[in-house]
Amino acid sequence: MTATPSTIEARPSGSAALRLGRLSWLVPIRAAVVAGLGLLLLLVVVAVNLALGDFDVPVVKVVRILLGGEAEQFQQAIVLDVRLPQTMVAVVVGAALGLSGALTQTFARNPLASPDVLGVTEGAALGAVAFIVLTGTARESTSSPLHMLGLSGAAFVGGILTALLLFALAWRHGIEGNRLVLIGIGLGAAFSAGTSWLLVTARLEDAATAQVWLTGSLSSRGWTDAKPVIVTLLILIPITLVLVRTLNALQLGDDSARGLGVRLQWSQLVVLTCAVALAAVAVSAVGLLEFVAFVVPQVALRLMRGSRPPLVSSMIYGAVLVVAADLLTRTVLPFGLPAGLVTTAIGGPYLIWLLLRGKRKATI
Amino acid sequence: MSELRAESVTVGYGAAPVLRDLTFEVPAGRVTSIVGPNGCGKSTLLRTLARLLPPSEGEVLLDGEPIDDRSTRDVARRLALLPQSPTAPEGLLVSDLVMRGRHPHQRWFRQWSPKDETMVGEALSWTDTAELKDRPLDELSGGQRQRAWLAMTLAQDTELLLLDEPTTFLDLAHQVEVLDLVVRLNRERERTVVMVLHDLNLAARYSDTVVVMRDGVIVDEGDPAVIVTRELIASVFGLECEVLSDPRTGLPIVVPVASAAGVPTG
Repeated sequence: MTATPSTIEARPSGSAALRLGRLSWLVPIRAAVVAGLGLLLLLVVVAVNLALGDFDVPVVKVVRILLGGEAEQFQQAIVLDVRLPQTMVAVVVGAALGLSGALTQTFARNPLASPDVLGVTEGAALGAVAFIVLTGTARESTSSPLHMLGLSGAAFVGGILTALLLFALAWRHGIEGNRLVLIGIGLGAAFSAGTSWLLVTARLEDAATAQVWLTGSLSSRGWTDAKPVIVTLLILIPITLVLVRTLNALQLGDDSARGLGVRLQWSQLVVLTCAVALAAVAVSAVGLLEFVAFVVPQVALRLMRGSRPPLVSSMIYGAVLVVAADLLTRTVLPFGLPAGLVTTAIGGPYLIWLLLRGKRKATI
Repeated sequence: MSELRAESVTVGYGAAPVLRDLTFEVPAGRVTSIVGPNGCGKSTLLRTLARLLPPSEGEVLLDGEPIDDRSTRDVARRLALLPQSPTAPEGLLVSDLVMRGRHPHQRWFRQWSPKDETMVGEALSWTDTAELKDRPLDELSGGQRQRAWLAMTLAQDTELLLLDEPTTFLDLAHQVEVLDLVVRLNRERERTVVMVLHDLNLAARYSDTVVVMRDGVIVDEGDPAVIVTRELIASVFGLECEVLSDPRTGLPIVVPVASAAGVPTG
C-alpha cells in the first residue's frame, strides 16, 4: 500500500455512515428518502381512506378524532369503529405482501418469484375455499368467529403446505431460483384447478361466498383479521432486517455467498420461511390480493435505483397500494367490487411490461 | 501464514469420482496455478479447497484443523474465493460489490466500521477501480469487471486467495493485467494465491508453482521452468509441442506443433 486512501473515497457516493461508538451502519440516502416519502404518502392515503366513504368526514376532523379530540359521536364511530379497523387491515396486509415479495424475489434472483407466482397464495386460496365449501359454515353466518378462525386457519395451512411441497419438489442439493419458479408455477396452476373444481361442485351460496373471498375483499374486515398479520410482522420484521446483509451476499450467487461465509442452506430456509409465513398470513386475512407481492418490490426497486428489492420500502409501498385499492373500491368504483380486482388490474399490465421491456435482460 | 491442505480427498461418487485420493498442500506465500485438460478436476480441487464441495473421503485442513469444524464465517476471514463467472444482480454498483467483501467481518450492528472503510478503500485503489466505484457492474468492460470482483475478494482481507479461472473471457491484454495484479498482491501483500488457469504459458509465466492434473490426480507439481516439458504436455494433454525458453525470463513457452490435418490445404 503506497498511500492510505482518504476515508470518503471508499463509500459509495449518495450514502452516509452512521456511527455510534462501536455500532456502525451505512445509510443509502436515496433509499432513506424513498422510504420517508412512502411513509408520508401512506399517512395521506390512510387519512383520506378514513375520511371518504358513504358518509364523508373532513380530513381535519379525522386527524382530530385520531388524536383523541372531540367530534360528533356518529363521525367518531364511523372513523374509529368502521373505517380504522379496515384500513389497518389494508396497511398490515400490504406491508406483509410487499415484504414477502421482496424476500422471494431476492432469494430467487428473479423478479417473477413472488408468492403469487410460486403457488403459495393459490395453495392458501385452495385451503380457504375447501373450508367454505366442505364445512358450509358460510351458510349460517359469514362473520361468526368460528367461521373466520377456520377460514384463516385453513388458508394459512394451505399456504404452508404448498411451501413444504414446493421445497420438497424443488430441492436438489439446495434450492435454485429458476427451478423454484417453474415448479411454483406448476403447483399454482394445479391448485387453481382444484379451487375451480370445488367452486363448480359447491352449493351456490357457498360458491358465492368463496368467490368474494377469492378476489381479495377488504370490506368489513376488522381487528380480528389484522391481529395475526400484526403479530407475524412484529416477529418477522426484525429477523428480516438482520437478514439484509445475508440477502446482499446471496445475490452474488451460491458460490460467492458461501465464500463470504454465509451458511447458504440455513439462510435460504430462513428467508423462504419468513416469506411464506408473511404471504400465507396475509392471504388468510383478506383473500387473494393478487400481484401486490409481485409488483410492489419491483416498483420500490426502481424508485431506489438499487440492485435488490428494498425490504422497508416494499413494506411501505405495499401498504400504500392496498390502502389505495381499498379507497378506490369504496369510493370510485361501483359498490361491492373487491380490492383484489384493483391490484390485479394494476399488476397484470405491469407484468406484461416487465416481460416486454427490452433494455433489461430476460428473466425467465 | 495460513496452511491449506487437502488430505487424501475423494470428491464425487461411484466408479469414476472427479478427484481420487488426492493430497495437495497449498504452498504458503506463493502463487500456484492448477492446470490440466478440460474435465481433469482442477476446478473441483479448487472448490474442494474452498469448502464448496464436501469430499466423500478424506478432508481439507485449514491450519491443521478440518475446515468444516470451523464456522464458515471464520473460514471466510482466512480464505477468499473468486468463483468462475460470478453473477451480480443488475444495477449493482462497483462500490456495493466491493463492500460485500466485508461480509465475514461484519455484524448487523457493525456494518460500516472505520476498518471496513479502510479495507474497501485499499481494495479499490489496489485494483485501480476507485474511479469506477459509482458505476454499475453491468456497464463495465470484462477486464474492469474482473478487477472489481478481485477488489471484492481483496476487501475480504484474507491470507489465502482462491481464483477459479480469473482470466476467462478476457482478451490477452486484460489477462495480463489481472495476472500482474495477482502477482503484485502476492509479492507486496503476502497473499497466498491458488488459481485455476487454462493458458499454460500464462501459468508458467505468473506462477511460482504449477500443479498439473489429469483424470482427477496430480501428475506433477513444481517450478514451471523445471516441470513444463514436451513429454509432460504430450502425456497430459495428448498434444505434440515444442517447449521454448522465453528469451527475457527463461521461462518455458509451449508452442503446439500443427498436425497435417490442422493445416488448411487451400
